[in-house]
Amino acid sequence: MAAQTNLNSMPPQDEATTPTNWRELVIENLIRLAGISAVLIITMIFLFLLREGFPAFVEVPLSDLFSSRWYPIEDKFGLLPLLAGSLIVTVGAVVIAVPLGLTTAIYLGEIAPPWQREILKPFIEVLAGIPSIVLGFFGWVALAPLIQSMGAPSGLTAFTGSLILAYMALPTIISITEDALYAVPKEYRDGALAIGATQWQTIWRVVLPAARSGIVIAVMLGIGRAIGETMAVMLVTGNAANIPDLGFGALFQPVRTMTATIAAEMGEVAQGSLHYSVLFGIGIVLFIITFAINSLATYFVGGGKRRRGGQI
Amino acid sequence: MTRQQSQQLAIWVITAVSAIVVIPILIVILYMLYNGISTISWEFISQPPRNGMTEGGIFPALLGTIFLTLGTAVAAIPLGVGAAIYLAEYAGDNRLTRAIRLAIVNLAGIPSIVYGLFGLGMFVLFLNYGTSILAGSLTLGLMTLPVIISTAEEAILSVPQEFRIVSLSLGATRWQTIRNQVLPHALPGIITGVILGLGRAAGETAPILFTVAAFYLPNLPKSIFDQSMALPYHLYVIATQVPGMPLGIQYGTALILLFIVLSLTLVATLIRSTMRRRREW
Repeated sequence: MAAQTNLNSMPPQDEATTPTNWRELVIENLIRLAGISAVLIITMIFLFLLREGFPAFVEVPLSDLFSSRWYPIEDKFGLLPLLAGSLIVTVGAVVIAVPLGLTTAIYLGEIAPPWQREILKPFIEVLAGIPSIVLGFFGWVALAPLIQSMGAPSGLTAFTGSLILAYMALPTIISITEDALYAVPKEYRDGALAIGATQWQTIWRVVLPAARSGIVIAVMLGIGRAIGETMAVMLVTGNAANIPDLGFGALFQPVRTMTATIAAEMGEVAQGSLHYSVLFGIGIVLFIITFAINSLATYFVGGGKRRRGGQI
Repeated sequence: MTRQQSQQLAIWVITAVSAIVVIPILIVILYMLYNGISTISWEFISQPPRNGMTEGGIFPALLGTIFLTLGTAVAAIPLGVGAAIYLAEYAGDNRLTRAIRLAIVNLAGIPSIVYGLFGLGMFVLFLNYGTSILAGSLTLGLMTLPVIISTAEEAILSVPQEFRIVSLSLGATRWQTIRNQVLPHALPGIITGVILGLGRAAGETAPILFTVAAFYLPNLPKSIFDQSMALPYHLYVIATQVPGMPLGIQYGTALILLFIVLSLTLVATLIRSTMRRRREW
């Protein structure tokens, strides 16, 4: 990209002589406003979540929020089962998606011949484009029965959710990892190959370590993507608000995530009720978690190194 | 194991794992195609649901999704392209710019259901638009912003600096330069970003749950202040909320939704690759 130098670095023009001066001024200010709007919007999102959700943190005692019973009809708003549900599904998704995503990125970036890359990259974009409700529907009608037939008591489990979520997080992980691999200077590879390393040794000992900060970011954003997914997990995780028994078996129990709880219950609550506030409170928790993950990832990118805005 | 053997093994494993990523995508698409294609007919697309939604078509939901996508475009394009112009052409290397970039990254990362909550709090209740196409379009528009901003900014940045320098040296103002030189050359890239963003918005369910979507409406919406059915929500409803729903209609609905979203994605990708081939610089 040659055009990175900013026009601000050029001397200001004598604009007083142009007849379109006032029009120009209006347009430039509108553009500036559009730029700043991103900051305004995210601030407003947080303020509106607070406005509706704040009562939850005042009126529900903290000990209740951290209890293990989510039973809104009896005003029991223990968030632990929902946190546990989100955590299990997300961890499962990450465990599946990270090895798959990194490997695919390595294949795309280092091994695949150009013609395969031309086909595969749009293909990964197609995956990113499949609506979550369609993947959820697929999980519901095809995957869950399959998992059940393999011996689980029910096909609607945390594992089913993890599997679907993993594929939803894959495009993010793949594309960011690939960017990171691409950013490793060619000299590193040439040097390693020149002293007799095989291609695999070069990838494993030189390229991957050099790209590790980008890979960490890829994993973080993949986590952020997985934790916020709603419709797919709502359809396939069974929606049971219990704290699952810990251990490996937890993956094969029905769980309910924070996102699915909001989606499933918001339609039925009275506006302004405590239950309504608590659902917004869960929204605040989700906002803070994803904000922390994304800000941290941006911080890691850091320095003067510019990357693509919205997708890092 | 010798170095050569480990090399062979590694390449083999990497290729196999990549196949594990790619093949299920194909399976999902082919599965919907195989099961849904027999339901698709002109009647299915052009008729409203009948008999408690167990018969008939999906026309109101399809129309709702088209309205919502157009509304999203109106809401998101000016703001998104404006922000991209600002970042690419005006923003200096300062605190404000860093804050804007941080905000955009985070807008991209906020879960879609949280956008739904925000839309409910701000557009439906605070601004009193009610559950309406307007509230839904604005919510989806905000969610689409980061995609549009980042692709449009990239397109604007890829216009060579020489174009700007020549234009400015001929006496054009900065805005004239952007309008007459930069934007026309960046246009295909901007369009790509817009279509990608709209494709994603068209398939979203969570942001429209509380802002626009109706379970079933006997009449089509008459204005932007009316509720509407929408395809993704309709799929959710008939898959989980309607007992005795024939599977064929569910598959057909999923297939149409998949077709709309994927063809938008495909068009965007095609524009981008044609543009790369035709580029004169």
